[in-house]
Amino acid sequence: MDIELACELPRVRAMVGPEGPQRPPLVTPGEIITHDTSFMRGHGTYMENNTQVASVAGYITRVNRLITVTPLRQVYQGAIGDTIVGRITKVQNNRWKVDVNSRLDAELRLVNIQLPGGEQRRSSLEDERGMRGLLREGDLVCVEVQKISNDGGLRLAARSSKFGKLSQGTLLGVSPSLIVQDKQRMHDLPCGARVVFGANGYVYVSPTVPEEQASTYTVNFEEVPVDVRKTIGRLRNCIKLLAHHSIMISPTSVMTAYDISIEQEFEIRDMLKPDVMQDVAITTVQAMNE
Amino acid sequence: MVDINLSDAEKCYIIDGVKLGIRVDGRDRLDYRHLEIETGLVSTANGSARVRLDRTDVLITVKMEMDRPSPDQPNQGRLRFFVNCSANAAPEFEGRGGEDLATTLSAMMDRLYSSPYTLDRSCLCVVPGKHVKVLYVDIEILDCAGNLFDAVSIGVKAALWATHLPRIYVTGEDGGELEFEVSDNPHDTERINVSNAPILITHLRITENLTIVDPTPEEEECGPVQVVVGVTPSGLITALQQLGQGTFTTQTLSAAIKLTRELGMKIHTHLTAKLRQEESMENREIRGFL
Repeated sequence: MDIELACELPRVRAMVGPEGPQRPPLVTPGEIITHDTSFMRGHGTYMENNTQVASVAGYITRVNRLITVTPLRQVYQGAIGDTIVGRITKVQNNRWKVDVNSRLDAELRLVNIQLPGGEQRRSSLEDERGMRGLLREGDLVCVEVQKISNDGGLRLAARSSKFGKLSQGTLLGVSPSLIVQDKQRMHDLPCGARVVFGANGYVYVSPTVPEEQASTYTVNFEEVPVDVRKTIGRLRNCIKLLAHHSIMISPTSVMTAYDISIEQEFEIRDMLKPDVMQDVAITTVQAMNE
Repeated sequence: MVDINLSDAEKCYIIDGVKLGIRVDGRDRLDYRHLEIETGLVSTANGSARVRLDRTDVLITVKMEMDRPSPDQPNQGRLRFFVNCSANAAPEFEGRGGEDLATTLSAMMDRLYSSPYTLDRSCLCVVPGKHVKVLYVDIEILDCAGNLFDAVSIGVKAALWATHLPRIYVTGEDGGELEFEVSDNPHDTERINVSNAPILITHLRITENLTIVDPTPEEEECGPVQVVVGVTPSGLITALQQLGQGTFTTQTLSAAIKLTRELGMKIHTHLTAKLRQEESMENREIRGFL
């Protein structure tokens, strides 16, 4: 066991973002942005006594006469078409409630999933009774955002073979703003693991699965061998350290950190130590900038 | 403790990992996560400490007051433990939600320190049979990411180590009532001898005959039963309590106790060395919560 004194630890500092004069101005909620009334009010701002005031903490972005504040950290809002990872919290009539790291639990309807066997048919009463057989409370699913309802809740869909229940692996929660926007969310990384970068900040690391098994609602309980576990553990710790140092998480940055940690011969459990985490993070940023 | 609901696949992945000797984050069965400690950060208390174990975060403060001794121990001071679970740690702790956990924790601490071999309480006596010092130990749970008992007990030991009690002189007697003078010199203080103060080590039975130490919340979810063992620096077991429903075989239990002894002695030596080092630092910068 290693015990360290707080005063000896390195302070966590942001590793990315422009330095010096190009850095966009940072505001906190309640801070006055401008007294000029000719500017238009955008997201993250409000008007008070003819001045424009920030309502969130973040960077000011100006497009012509429109001023918006882009928040640094935010709760996942959702956008149509996002691939996200969620956890079933409730099984209800014809639908599941899914925790998606957002303000409200999202809704996944029975009609919006592809029934097992891949056949195209209307879901029957039989399916409705067997809902818990498909997805139970606690199960993880990889789904797509189909619609955003009026109250801000998300409606999900899993109408394709790539979506569905996630099998063995480990889930990590990071800030959604750290996940790089990408068309492709599921990646079979060259190191031999499959990572789902959910747009909602949930990242799922699992062993690579053969294509034909990928989308079923049955789970493979076979024991995962030790070398695959080592890869998954290392990836998990890499993603954690990137998130801890506010470095954007993408397949490239994760693989860079992974390779660096192997190159510098860090053991997987050593990557839980703050000094090692910082080392790897700094080297990753340098390697990515080259 | 904190409500998370894992899928069967995730549980299977965690349990198989323990069987194979590699946990999800790459640790062995007997590895602790990174522990960070700081003492003396609350200037208004007689002694304070903050312990962070991964995301678990506890703040412990010690305050002294004068009181009458209990009739059966006329020349012994008293220690009283109070636990408060902040709603910031977990939404379930809101209102009275954290009360159960708080009671379990404070009862466990009471029991841990009730043994006469742990702390010499006669040094807390001012006038035998009439006035003793009572130490109020307040434990604030700020964040909870598994293994609270170990973190709290280490924090309490550190806070007691850092406690400086003002010297109290009996100056005279006035009509049967004693008169006291409390030294106002900040350097004229007494310390508490914590060389025998115990700590707790939690063993989680995750599957048949296998226990792990320092479980994460996900691992706690997989194993329903834990045993908390208190151990002094000399390897004396002072407290034992089972938490949760489930059973231990006698072999598992005795193995866990034996292991506590070895592990406990190591942690104690390490902790004392670190606390000494922190104390000997000149102009130490207090990190606190910034």
